Amino acid sequence: METIPSRSTGVVLNPVRAVLIGVEKHWTWYRRNWRATAISSFLQPVLFLVAMGFGFGSQVQPGEATGGQTYLVYLAPALVVVTAVQNATWESTYAVLSAFIWQKSYWGAVVTPVTPAQICYSQLTWIAFRLVSSAAVFLAVAAALGAVSGPGVLLALPFAVLAGLAFAAPVVAFSATRETAEGFSGLFRFVVIPMTLFTGAFFPISQLPEWLRPVAWITPVWHGVELARGATFGTLRLLPALGHVGYLVALTAVGVVLGRRYFQRRLAV
Amino acid sequence: MTTAEPLLVRAHGLTKHFGDFEAVRGIDVEVRRGEAFGFLGPNGAGKSSTMRMISCTSPRTGGELSVLGLDPNTQGPLIRARLGVVPQTDNLDTELTVRQNLQTYGRYFGLSRAEARGKATELLEFAQLVDRADHEVEPLSGGMKRRLTIARSLINDPDLLLLDEPTTGLDPQARHLLWDRLFRLKQSGVTLIITTHYMDEAEQLCDRLVVMDGGKIAAEGSPSELISRYSTREVLELRFAPGEQEAVVPSVVDLAERIEVLPDRLLLYTKDGEGALNAVHGRDVRPLSSLVRRSSLEDVFLHLTGRTLVD
Repeated sequence: METIPSRSTGVVLNPVRAVLIGVEKHWTWYRRNWRATAISSFLQPVLFLVAMGFGFGSQVQPGEATGGQTYLVYLAPALVVVTAVQNATWESTYAVLSAFIWQKSYWGAVVTPVTPAQICYSQLTWIAFRLVSSAAVFLAVAAALGAVSGPGVLLALPFAVLAGLAFAAPVVAFSATRETAEGFSGLFRFVVIPMTLFTGAFFPISQLPEWLRPVAWITPVWHGVELARGATFGTLRLLPALGHVGYLVALTAVGVVLGRRYFQRRLAV
Repeated sequence: MTTAEPLLVRAHGLTKHFGDFEAVRGIDVEVRRGEAFGFLGPNGAGKSSTMRMISCTSPRTGGELSVLGLDPNTQGPLIRARLGVVPQTDNLDTELTVRQNLQTYGRYFGLSRAEARGKATELLEFAQLVDRADHEVEPLSGGMKRRLTIARSLINDPDLLLLDEPTTGLDPQARHLLWDRLFRLKQSGVTLIITTHYMDEAEQLCDRLVVMDGGKIAAEGSPSELISRYSTREVLELRFAPGEQEAVVPSVVDLAERIEVLPDRLLLYTKDGEGALNAVHGRDVRPLSSLVRRSSLEDVFLHLTGRTLVD
């Protein structure tokens, strides 16, 4: 069969560009609708910082457990990580399911030259962008409130984003298998909330019963908090740092592989 | 349609299974450039599954398929770059503006920002949405959303436009406006493939069509060919109180080439509807009402499958 000469202006984008065009579309949406996301992504953690850092923290004596810092300063880098993981949860559950079943925007994209895998990568890249920007805004506010001791806290940002992605990538894959939002409330209640409260951000996990500590070790938040706080206060050692980063990268990679598979399975049936 | 035009779609023994369910059970289809081709059939006939295979978003289970001379299994993105697809359910970005929907879509096809902007402006005109250009999509009427979806599918000047039930769920006025837009596309030489369960839509838009039922092709031809092959020129409809129509059959059976008994009426297929009606009156048969009309694709479908299309 002969090939048909094209009159169409459409072409296939190279893979990197295809992913970036998907991100551009998220950006177009965000420019119109960012106000709606501002409260959950940035105001909420600031309220946390004020309540826990200033309010509760005023009752905590700086000591060994806080690395000699005031509780507010001790908390700030960890809260960057907690915030990133919370934002990651939102961006990788409802936003993804909506693109499958409510807005159906993935279905609109999949009939263009882009592939299901590229759609998945665009979503994850967009989430990474959101994590970077909301963490940066949070750090700026924390600095304005006097919650940071020095520029070292900037090192918390990349680690927070990595921890956020290590959680977002598997959750994006999970969301791609959902037909309804029912599973999400369980995820919030039984995974996200305990994971943010009991994994070292607000108090050291040495305070947990010994049998519970391994549960904290498998969460991305614990690894992220160890990295962020250690980097901020200069106590991070190379070998543990490599271990934490390696674990978070591995979680991200597993999420990406599963996400690609589930997007393909769902969008090309 | 001259046979010199190249085949844009060629399917041979095409099948699609979902688990044990056979949605498409071995169909042969050929669509040439410049044609307006239709898949007519009831819900569940396999039309949408076929369309999704042609649009290279659903891998085929078996058989051969080439689209624009390429194999969807290996050249999906390359084919999709040159297709326009109007899905059965709108998947517009309802939180973006009308114009943004067009522009962001164009970017997926490799248009530069300036090209996407220019094309969007042109398509806003075509879809009669100029005064809504910078409004959000969400509050638009069903007909407007549908026109926007069609406009969006044209953003890459497609070589082949696939429309899956383009007017289902619209009111008559909105349907006629859409038909007018699709007719203009057809006139400008765009190749169209349309699925529908509306016979009037198929008659209006399609040069050639296949009737699908149960995953198979029941008949193929132009609307007028199908009507002359499977039906008579005219139809006499006799309406009765429910339950009475069966009893009348013996007294009118010789007046028509064929009779269909529907729940509320009899359809008498004949060359001369008025003549048959006069004869019916002469035999003291008293229908509640009567109607003489020309045969339509609905009658073809009824003859081929024993069922009406939209039930």
